Order: sequence, then structure tokens, then C-alpha cells
Amino acid sequence: MIALPMPEDAADRRARLEKTWADPKGVWGFLTTVDHKRIAARYIVTVIALMFLAGMLGLHMRLQLAFPDLKILGPQMYNETFSLHGSTMLFLVSVPVMEAMAIWLVPLMLGQRGMAYPRLAAFSYWMYLGGVMMLWVPHALGITPDLGWFEYPPLSGPGYSPGHRADIWAQMITFTEVAALAASVNIVATIIKLRPPGMTLARMPMFLWAMLVASLMTIFALPAVMLVTSMLISDRLVSTHFFAPAGGGDALLFQHLFWFFGHPEVYIIFVPAIGFVTAIVETFSRRTIFGHTALVLSVLSIGVLAFGLWVHHMFAVGLPRLGNAFYTAASMAIALPAGLQIFCWIATLWSGRPRFATPLLWVIGFILTFVVGGLSGIMTASAPLDLQLTDTYFIVAHFHYVLVGGAMFPLIGALCYWYPKATGRMMSERWGIVAFALVFGGFNLGFFPMHILGLEGMPRRIYTYSAGMGWGPLNLVATIGSAASILGGLVLVGNAWISRKHGTLAGANPWDGPSLEWAALSPPPTYNFEYTPVVESIAPLWTAKDGLPVMTGAGVDRREVVVTSAIDGVPLYRHKGAQPSIWPLVAAVATTIMFVASIFTPWAVAWGAVPIGAALTGWFWPQRPRARTGPLRTRAR
Amino acid sequence: MTPDLPARPVGDLAYLPEHADGAAHVVWWGNVGFMLIEGTGFLLAIGAYLYLQSQSPAWPLNGDALPALTWSGIFTGGLVLSIIPNLWVRRQARQKREGRVRIGVLTMTLIGFALITARWFEFQHLGVRWNGDAYGSVVWLLMVLHTSHVVTDLGETAVQAAWLYTHEVGPDQFADVEDNANYWNFVVLAWLPIYGLIYWLPRLA
Repeated sequence: MIALPMPEDAADRRARLEKTWADPKGVWGFLTTVDHKRIAARYIVTVIALMFLAGMLGLHMRLQLAFPDLKILGPQMYNETFSLHGSTMLFLVSVPVMEAMAIWLVPLMLGQRGMAYPRLAAFSYWMYLGGVMMLWVPHALGITPDLGWFEYPPLSGPGYSPGHRADIWAQMITFTEVAALAASVNIVATIIKLRPPGMTLARMPMFLWAMLVASLMTIFALPAVMLVTSMLISDRLVSTHFFAPAGGGDALLFQHLFWFFGHPEVYIIFVPAIGFVTAIVETFSRRTIFGHTALVLSVLSIGVLAFGLWVHHMFAVGLPRLGNAFYTAASMAIALPAGLQIFCWIATLWSGRPRFATPLLWVIGFILTFVVGGLSGIMTASAPLDLQLTDTYFIVAHFHYVLVGGAMFPLIGALCYWYPKATGRMMSERWGIVAFALVFGGFNLGFFPMHILGLEGMPRRIYTYSAGMGWGPLNLVATIGSAASILGGLVLVGNAWISRKHGTLAGANPWDGPSLEWAALSPPPTYNFEYTPVVESIAPLWTAKDGLPVMTGAGVDRREVVVTSAIDGVPLYRHKGAQPSIWPLVAAVATTIMFVASIFTPWAVAWGAVPIGAALTGWFWPQRPRARTGPLRTRAR
Repeated sequence: MTPDLPARPVGDLAYLPEHADGAAHVVWWGNVGFMLIEGTGFLLAIGAYLYLQSQSPAWPLNGDALPALTWSGIFTGGLVLSIIPNLWVRRQARQKREGRVRIGVLTMTLIGFALITARWFEFQHLGVRWNGDAYGSVVWLLMVLHTSHVVTDLGETAVQAAWLYTHEVGPDQFADVEDNANYWNFVVLAWLPIYGLIYWLPRLA
């Protein structure tokens, strides 16, 4: 019979755990922390600041288009505005925020004290911050990319885009992709090797499945965009001819490689949202999810199918008809697993006892909006129809419906759902409903008319239009709706800001959630869990009778995580966790210097590698006693 | 573990070991993750080569010279043969033989330097520059991509050798040596399709 310590010893034990997992105090602690919760929090705060900036850019564009012939933004400024808006939202908000949620949530949902590679998580954030600065510091200096969020050559090539605007865009991508790849490897290894005892693959919550698939997709998709933007920079800097037809290159190669990444990217953003939605639907329906296996299989099939669709972004470039027909079929096929998921969620709500708290409202908003976006996706998957609709406002409406409706609404629902866990306090339900109504209503008012504008022939990326086109009234409606949804976003952030001090105390499990993160205190202590939870079902907190089953023995005075077997979650060994370290920041700074310099001179790749090598040597240099054997052993004095 | 949900002990992990080898070790999976990323990069670059070839009337373009076989053959032969000492090092690491691991990692460092020298001469005999035409660009892309992996792993092996000779080797460091050996195998295997593509496909086509 294993016994837990007596209460007075338990308090002492918690103090020792706190000391083991504490960061150094002050600025040094800020710079050296490897605590997954702090890293994720700074990721999320950065993302929210960028969402605000990108929202302001969006509003600026909407003001310009509210009436015909306005001159708030000129053509060049308009180009810069939509390029900055799109690049920020796709590369600096949507993917990073999903990684950030995983960095915060995955160890908690696994009952663990940290990630598999804590320093890599810190490195990931610093590289992401480098990407943010790569785009926004030049913008502050008046040098803004102006060719949209995908910068096709020949327009982005050396002949048509002198200066460094296109280089800045391309290298910003390199930063964010290094950050996302580092985070993804970490998330995959954590989910595979750090599951708690008893959490077999069959008992793994849907969110973890979703993050596993999204992270694997990241690993296979992002090298394509890193490769293609490096090729673009090299065409611009050292006169290679990858995309220059005069030198035997091919401009379409850029599009193939870009969309080989770009289409999976949409699902890399959407698949984590599937995890959020499932967690919220399960908790607020007060029953285990309907069709868990079907959901897992559908996410896996999306993960595979997403790599076979990229050509549907290129229907208008004149590819062979048979190719178009194949990609039409493949694009329609992916609607099947997505539809299956919707039915599983509806069935869970239908057969459960739903409570319509704010997180569930966001999920219902998601289902309504995403179905519209999915249906317009099936329309544009058809090559002949796409040829008419491409580069019109119909496409703008479609991708905002799938990305905002399909990923941002679940994300906001997730932020509301896990907010009490992160802060220990509840957000105001009343203001939560106000924010939801404004964002959901404003979004649909703002973006639905764009379908009609697109069908009427309004092209995307135009900075103004004449009154004679008849597009004025619907554009005005779109602007009013966008403004309302931004107001709703501000209410949401204000609610979160005020509630962190003034909200009612949440307790450990305010929503009666079934997964392990709700077994930690709110907010979780630095060490997350005192003991290692043992999982006996797919909803461990709902089936825990007479207390939560745990295992004792994970380190108290040494940072340790419990490593288990990949399939069955059988404990294998106690892995020594990383201490706080400055090396991830030093390595990120060294990499930043190399990346920035290499848009000016190719030699930076050579000399820039030296400080990176030195930083990585410092990072991985094991701290152990000097050798007592061999030719270089220490000799007694 | 919270006031509402007390802990109920059902087992003890204190008896677990503090180290593991091979796929049981958590770092092994990170190494595989980075191989997947870089392997995908190689495959896509190979795809770019084949795509450009498929769009061109002649390959190499403009009557470019074919890349020379001597130094590339020496490099490739040396690289393939380096698998033998590499596997030996990996076996010594698994058996935790400190002295042999030190010698093996140092040997692999020296082999790496010899191979880089051969690679340097290989670059001199590619017969085309990166800025000549798209054929030259994509050949250099593949070569630079692979060489960066050789250099990276050589750097890691050299640092590892320096550390091993000056420190007491623990179980985690034996696991590091094993991971590094696995990575070298990856660098060798990744080269073979690229070698076939650059040196033999244009000759056979």
C-alpha cells in the first residue's frame, strides 16, 4: 500500500517542488525561463497585440472601401496594408497561436510537469519574436512588403521588385517557420513520449490527437515554404534562375511549392480548432464525445488529403484539364471528413444536456459560420466556377469564413474555456455574450455581402471603385459589420483584462471538465502536478471515484518528467528536465543576425553560422565532471 | 490533487531508471523529427529539379557540361564507406564503452574533414555555376543543401569528440553519440538519390 505524505509533510513537499521548478527572479528569469506556461503566455500576448494591429489594418481598408472613390488610402498604401494584414494574420497569428495553445495545454492535459524539450520551446518563441520584428520594424521605418501574403514571381523577382520589401517578407517567413517547426517537433515528442501512465492512444483526448496531426502536418508542409522563399531570395540576391523563364526557370514552380505548403497550412490552422471544439462540446454537453473514433479517423484523413489539394489554388494558371479535374475531386473529398466532424458534434450536443455558456456559444457560432465557408469552398473547388470567382471578393469572403469562422471562433471559445485555468478567475458571462454577439453578428454582416460583391464581379485587392459599378451599398454594410466585430474583439479583451483581477474565483474545475488539466490548481503552480496522474478512461475526471488515481515517485528536488511508451503509455524512465537557460535566447539572436544579414549579402550564411554554432555548443554542452580517464584526463596536483 | 479531487496513490515511479537508450529516450524522437523536416526539404528540392527538367527542352540546358564523376565518386564512395565506422561507434555507444566511443567519434570527425575536402573539389568540377541558368541553380541548390548537412553534422561530431575526451561520459552522452550516429546515417542516405539525380540521370536520359 503506497501512502501519501501527511498534510504537514505535504506542504513541505509542495515548497520543495516550487523551489525545484522556480525561475530565477526578475529580468534574468524572464530571459531564461523554460516554463511552458510562461512561454505560451508570452506567445499569446504577442499574438493578441498583432491581432489588434492586423484588425486595425483591416478596418483601414474597410474605411477606404466604404464608399466609391474615397482617397483615405492611395494605391501603394492600400497594397502595403493588405499585404501586412494578410502576412501578419497567416504567418504571425494563426499558426503561432495554435502552437502557443498547445505549448500551454499539452503538458497540462498529459498531467506532466513540462514539455519534452523545454529549451526548444523557449527558442521557438524567440525566433517567432524575430519574425514579428522582421516584418513590423521595417514597417515602422516605412519599408513594407506590398505584394500580398503570397508574393509570386516574376512580380517579386529582382526585375520588378527592387529594394528589400520582398526580401523582408520572404525572410519573415523563414523566422516563423523555424519557430513553428521547433514547436511542432516538441509537441509531437511530448504527445508521443510524455503521456501519463494508462493513457493509451485509444484514451487520448481529441485535442491531443488534433495537435499531433497538426504538428506532423507542419513538419511535412513548412519545409516547402522555407525552400521556396529561400529560392526567391537567392534569385534576388545571387542571380539564380529558379523562377526566371529567360534563364530556363519557371515562375509556376514558385506557385507549386508555395501552395504545397499553403493549402496544408489552412488545415494546420483548422485542425487544432477541431480539438478545441471537441473539448468544449464534450464539457458543455456533459457527456463523452459522440464518435470519438470517427473523429480521430477524420482528422487523420484530413491530415493526408490536405497534401493532395494544392493545385486548386492554381486553376486559373492554365494547367492540363485532367489535372484540374483530379484536384477538383480531391478538394471535394475533404469535405467528407469535415462534414463527419460536424455531425459528431451535433450528435453530442443533441444527446447531451448542453449548457450554453460563452465557450459553447463560440462553438455554435463556429459551426454556423464554418458550414457556410465549407459550402463556398465546395463551390470554388469546381475548376470552371473557380475560374469565374478567383481573385474576386467571393474568395475574400470564403477564406475569411473558413479562417475566422473555422479557426478564430473556436480559438476564442478555447480562450474563454481555459481562461479560468490560466488565471484562477472567471470571465464575466454577461460581457462574454455581448462580445460574442458583436463579433459573430458583425463578422457575418461584414463578410457575407462580400460573396455577393464577388459574384457581381468586384475584384479583390483594388483600392477603390467608381460609383457606377453599384458596389457602394454592400461595401458600406461590410464596413459597418467589420467595425462592429472589432468593437466586439475589444470588449472580449477588456473582459479578459478586468476579470484577471476582479473575476470570481474559479477553483480547479469550474466547468466540470473531464480531462487532466482540470485536476491541477488554477492557475497551475510552476510544477503543474504534485503527483503523476494515472488515466483509466477517456474522460479521467468523470470516472475518478474516491479521488484521482496517481503514482508517486517523480522527482521532488530534481526536475523530472515521466517518459512512457509510445503506444500504451507504460512508464519507462524518469527524464531529467532542463534548467532555465540563456542559450535559447542567445541562439535565437545569433540566428536572427544571420537571417537579417543574409538578405544583404550571401556571405552572411557562412560567417553567420559561426556564432550560431557557438550558441548551440553552449546550449548542448553537458555539465559533468572532468574526465578521469583517457589522454585528456585531469591529473591530480 | 485539488481540494475537491484528492489524490489516490495506485503506484510508485521511484523504482524507474533515470535513463534510457534508443527509441525509449525522449531525445531520440526529436532527432527523428528533425530528420523528417530535413528529409522533406530534400524531397521537395529533388521535386524542383525534376520539375525544371520536365519543363526544359534539353537537360542540362544550353549545352552545359555534365558534372564530373571523379571527385563526386570519391566523395560518394567515402561517404558510403563511412557508414561502417559509424555503425561501429553506435554499437560502442549502446554498450557504453567509454574509451572506444572516444576513439570512434574522433575517427568520425577526421573522416568528416576528409569528406568535406573531397566535397570542396567536387564543387570545383560541377561544370556549371549557380547563376548560369536554372539547371545550374537547381544543381547548386541540391549540393548546398546537402553540404550544409555534412558540415552541420561534422561540427556536431567535432564538438562531441572534444567534450568526450575532456569529461566523464554519462548515460545521456552515450545516447547523444547514438543520436549523432543515426543522424550521420541520414546524411549518407539522403545523398544517394541526390547523387543519382545530379550525376547519372542526365547521362542516362
